[in-house]
Order: sequence, then structure tokens, then C-alpha cells
Amino acid sequence: MERFVFLTVDGLAHGAIYAAFALALVLIWRGTRVVNFAQGAMAVVSAYIAYSVASASGSYWLGAIAAIVSGLALGVLVERGVMRFVAHTAPLSAIVVALGVSLLIAAVVGILYGVDQRPFPVPFSRTPYTIGSYAVFSPFTLFTFGVVAVVVIGIALLFTRTSVGLRMRASAFAPETARLLGVNVSRVLTVGWALAAGVGAVASLLIIPTAFLQPNAMDLVFVTAFTAAVIGGLDSPVGAVVGGLVVGLLLSYVSGYLGSNVTSIGVLVLLVAVLLLRPGGLFTMRQARRV
Amino acid sequence: MTGSDAAVAPSAERRKAGGVLRRLAGSPMVGSPARGRTLARHLAIAVVALAIMWYLTDHVEAFYDFQIATIAAYLCVVAGLTVLTGLNGQVSLGHSALMAVGAYTVGLLLSKLNDHNVRAQWTVLLALALGVLTTSVAGVVIGLAAARLRGPYLAGLTLAIVVVVPSIATQFGSLFHGDQGVPVPAPPAPTSLGQFFPQEEWDAWIALAAAGITLFFLANLVHGRVGRNLRAVRDHEAAAQLAGINVARTQVTAFVVSAACAGLGGGVIAVINQSASPDSFALTLSLYLLLAIVLGGLGSLYGAIWGSVAIVWLPYLTNKVMNGLTLSAAEAAKLRGNVPLAIFGLALVIIAIAAPGGIQGLLRRAGRWARARFASRVPQPPSSTGRRPETSPPQGGATHRQAAGPEGLPPTTPSAPTSEVTT
Repeated sequence: MERFVFLTVDGLAHGAIYAAFALALVLIWRGTRVVNFAQGAMAVVSAYIAYSVASASGSYWLGAIAAIVSGLALGVLVERGVMRFVAHTAPLSAIVVALGVSLLIAAVVGILYGVDQRPFPVPFSRTPYTIGSYAVFSPFTLFTFGVVAVVVIGIALLFTRTSVGLRMRASAFAPETARLLGVNVSRVLTVGWALAAGVGAVASLLIIPTAFLQPNAMDLVFVTAFTAAVIGGLDSPVGAVVGGLVVGLLLSYVSGYLGSNVTSIGVLVLLVAVLLLRPGGLFTMRQARRV
Repeated sequence: MTGSDAAVAPSAERRKAGGVLRRLAGSPMVGSPARGRTLARHLAIAVVALAIMWYLTDHVEAFYDFQIATIAAYLCVVAGLTVLTGLNGQVSLGHSALMAVGAYTVGLLLSKLNDHNVRAQWTVLLALALGVLTTSVAGVVIGLAAARLRGPYLAGLTLAIVVVVPSIATQFGSLFHGDQGVPVPAPPAPTSLGQFFPQEEWDAWIALAAAGITLFFLANLVHGRVGRNLRAVRDHEAAAQLAGINVARTQVTAFVVSAACAGLGGGVIAVINQSASPDSFALTLSLYLLLAIVLGGLGSLYGAIWGSVAIVWLPYLTNKVMNGLTLSAAEAAKLRGNVPLAIFGLALVIIAIAAPGGIQGLLRRAGRWARARFASRVPQPPSSTGRRPETSPPQGGATHRQAAGPEGLPPTTPSAPTSEVTT
């Protein structure tokens, strides 16, 4: 029971981060019908910038701000510089280009920092509180929940309560009509990419401390978040969040009860199961598109 | 409608009929005399190419033999992948995992035979055949899933496979020896070739034979009914289905063929390197393979050759350049693996955006330009270039489409996720 509670909390904490990362994928998918395969690499860049700034200034918070700002900037750069030129052609070329970007980014990070594993700073302790003899959650876990909640609620408010959000929804839903009604769709796409990369940066700040910082630190996270997004249906922000939590929980139980080596195999099994049983995702109400 | 009907059909009508119908109608009919000719032509090309390569391997240093062997091994995989992705539109990032299946099969079987003191030359043949078989089985499993998935979903699934495979090697450490990998005790070159016959040259022969067989097989496949079905399914699933093509079976076939090629390539790599470890079949290798097919020209078997040469030679050349620079040990360690990766990433982005036809597309364009220059001096109606009306339309049509720019990448199919969700 004690173990179950611990695994549940831990799984939800990881799941919250997967949710944020999946949300970033969904943001871009809704706007451009592109799965950003470079998302993981972009998030790693932000994490390295956070690492450098934090080590140089001694302040975690400066590093975190630098990471988010760099994430936003990188999103703009990748969209304006590269993805813009492929967004409307075949899905294959978008995938190829995104993978090329991720290869390039990983190589540049490797050239600048090498491939050594580095410990990543945390703002709060990762030693869990104990209630009685139960180890439940750590201050960092609380921080994770708080940050992800702020991100998710912030994005929800942005989409439903602001004119920028309305423009983004309009552009994603009917780009031509939105353009006729005076929405600068191209700029909205850039904002979407920036936002997604910013969210990805936040997710990397939260997930990398649980392991080490290295150039391919986000590979498995990307795959997991993609799984979460697919479970949610790729189209639904709510689905992404729920999918992230579900995936986090399941993986936590798998790694807790079957061994941590099995975790990544668990991701694969889960992804295969979802793709084959409910390819449209568990949360899409609309007529499922053929995937 | 037969091929010759399509050849004489007015161009406006053909355009209206759409790409699929054009392809269906324009390909040589099975059983036509063209089939025998195609087979003979491919056989002749294969024999000549292998003879040239045999001469080459016999006259270069052992190091270049090793490179040729590596290129030939990758060529098996790249050719299979370009058929899958370029001609059938299924993007797979999982081919390095499939290579691993082939390599581990070969390694485990050869180790087992070696333990029983069986070290004859035929063991390599047997091991490679078994490697192809197991990888084909893996290909059936993944292909069945893949046939239900499109675009980014398929890419995501295959990406998951390739990210997860190393941990399978760790999980079943007693069989796969974890991160260390398994040794591949391939028998040395036969003594009948001479006592000092370089092992690298023997390896190169094995690899070249594998590549030759693969290319010959694939060339015949893509020029026949199967290849026509692959392209029809890629271009328009519904139309292909209406034309009587079993879409799912075609897609699974493509995946299995491609997987078999990957298994052969992986097995040959294992024989050349004398070992198979999870590191050598990581995600990076899949991205290399993707680069090779995009760089060479999607769907083109000649392009697969250029792509395979590039992914072996570029790292070698960059390392050679860097050896000329004076670098500290730490700098060199950082640069060594990463500079080729950066070049590859950049190349992938630039080619996919600017030259979707890849090298082969550019060559074709150059060839057409040269022919146009030449033809302008000898006036000739463009429609009468084909000597054999039943085979020339597909080649003309296909090359035109593939070299014509963005069509080098398969066009969006209506079933690909677009925004046509609500009815």
C-alpha cells in the first residue's frame, strides 16, 4: 500500500511533465498538422542554456527564465527559419525536416558540451516528506505539480479568454476563413511554435533533474509524450493532459512492480496498444480521422 | 486499359485521370515481352556492376575494401527503405532496429555453431538467410501495425521501437549480453584464395554479393506489378482500392520486403564488424538511413547507391579533415562524432526543402537538360522518343513526376491527417 501510494504520486508527477510536453506537441499539431519531431532536441537546448546560466550566475531561477526565453526564441527560429517552408507539403517532408533539425541540434549541443552526463540543478529538495513511515512526495514533486498546473491553466485561459487564443483557434480550425477575416495566420503559427517550444523548455526543466542532462536526454521523454498525445488524440489539449497523467501512472506502476528496465518497453507496448485499438485517441468524440 | 492505350491517350484526358490511373495504365503488363527484357537488363547491369566492383576490391588497399563492404551492407538496407518510404509512402525510423534483429540473429547463430566447432563457409550463408527470415517475421509484425497507421503516427511508432530496442538487449542480458553485444565469429576467408588473402576483401565480396542480390531483386520488384501497386497505394489509397488493389496487403508486403533487406544488411554489417551491439543500431543510424534515401532521391535505387556512399564517406572525410587540424584531445572528442551529424542534419533539412528529388533527381534533371540541348539540334517530336511503346510511358511518366520538384516526396494522400474531420 505504502509502495502503491508512492508510485501513484511519483507517476502523477512524471505524468504531469509528460502532459506538458504532450501539450506542446498538440499545440503545434493543431496549428500546422505537423508532429514536431524536433521537440525533444529543442527542449534539450533550453535545458543546456538553463544549466549554463544557472552555473554561471549561481541562481536556478535565472537559469529557468533563460531556458523559457530561449525556448520561445528557438520556437520562432525553427518555425520562421525552417518549418515554414515545408508546412504545407507532404507529411513525409515535414517529418524528414523535423528529424534533420533534431539531428543538427543534437550535434551542435554535442560539439558545445560533449556527451557527458551532468547533474541538473533543482530549486527544491528531491528528498520526499514522510508521513509516519511513508515516503510520499518531495518538495520538488509539489513544485512540478504547481508549475504544470500553471502552464496548463495558463494555456487554457489563453485559448478561451484572449483574442490571441481566439485567433489561434480560428487559424487552426479554418486557416483560409481566418485569413479572410483579418487574422495574420502566419504570425499566429509562429506564436504557436514559440509557445510550444516554451512549454517544452519548462517540461525539460522539470524532467531532466530526475535523470541526467545529456544531448539525448529527451529522446525517451519525446516518445512517451508522443504516446500520451496519441492517447489523447493529438488534437485535444485536454486529451494530452489526461493522456500524460495516464501514461505517467502506468509507467510508474510498470517500473515499480516489474523493474525500471521494463519501463521503456512498457511505453512501446502502450503506444502499440493505443494505436491499434483506438488510433483516433481515447478522447476524440468527433468522427475519427484515418491515421 | 493496356499500356499502349494509355500511351496514345490524349494528354488532357490522362491528366484528368490522375496520377494513379496513369501509373496503373502506364506500367508494363505482366507477362508482356517487356518483362523478360527488364529481367535480362537488370541481370546484365548487376553482373557488370559486380564485375567492376570485384576488380576494384582486388586492386585497392584493405582499408578501402572495408569501406566498400560497409557501403554495400548499408546499400542493402537503404535500397529496401527507399522502396518502402519513397515508393509506398511509409516512413520508418525503425530500420536500425530491424538491422539489429538481423545482426543479432547472425551473431547468435554463428556463436552457437562456433561453440560446436562448425566453422565452414556455408555457416555465413545460413546465418544470413536466417537473419533475413527472422527480420522478415519482425517485419510482418510491425508491418501489420504499420498498415493501419499513416504519416506521423507511423513515424512515432517506429521511433518508439528504435528508442526502446537497446533496453531489450539490456533486459534480456543473458542472451544478448547487454550493452557489450554479441560476438560474431564469422569464418575467415577460405584458404584456397591464398594464405595472405585480406579478410577485408573477402568481407567486401560477401557484402557486394548481398547488395547485388538485393538490388537485382528490388529492381525487378519495383518494375513489375508489385511496384506499380506500391506507387498506386502511395498516391491515392481509395483509387488504388477501386482499381482492385488490396491496400493493406500491399503495405504489409512493402514492409516485409524492406525489413528483409534491413535484416540482410544488418547481418552483413555484423559479419564485417565481427560483433553486434545495441550501440551500433541506435536512433542515429535510423536517421542516417533516412538521410541516405532523401539525399539519394526517394524511391530511386540508384539514389540508394549515392546515399549509401554518402553516409559512409562523409564521416570518414570530415574526420580526415579534422585530423589535419590541431585540436586538443577534449575538443577532438567533442567534434569527432558530432560534426558529421551536424552536416547530416543540415543536409537533411536543405535537401528535403530545396531538392526533394535528391541527387538522382538532380542527375535526371541534368540528363533531361542535356538531352533537350541535344534534341534541339536534331528536331524530333517529344512523343516519339520511345522505341518500345509498351515500356516507355511508365519510365517517362515516373521520371517526369519524380524529378519535377516537390513530387519527389510522396504527395499528401487524402487519408493522411488533414483537417477534413467534420463532415
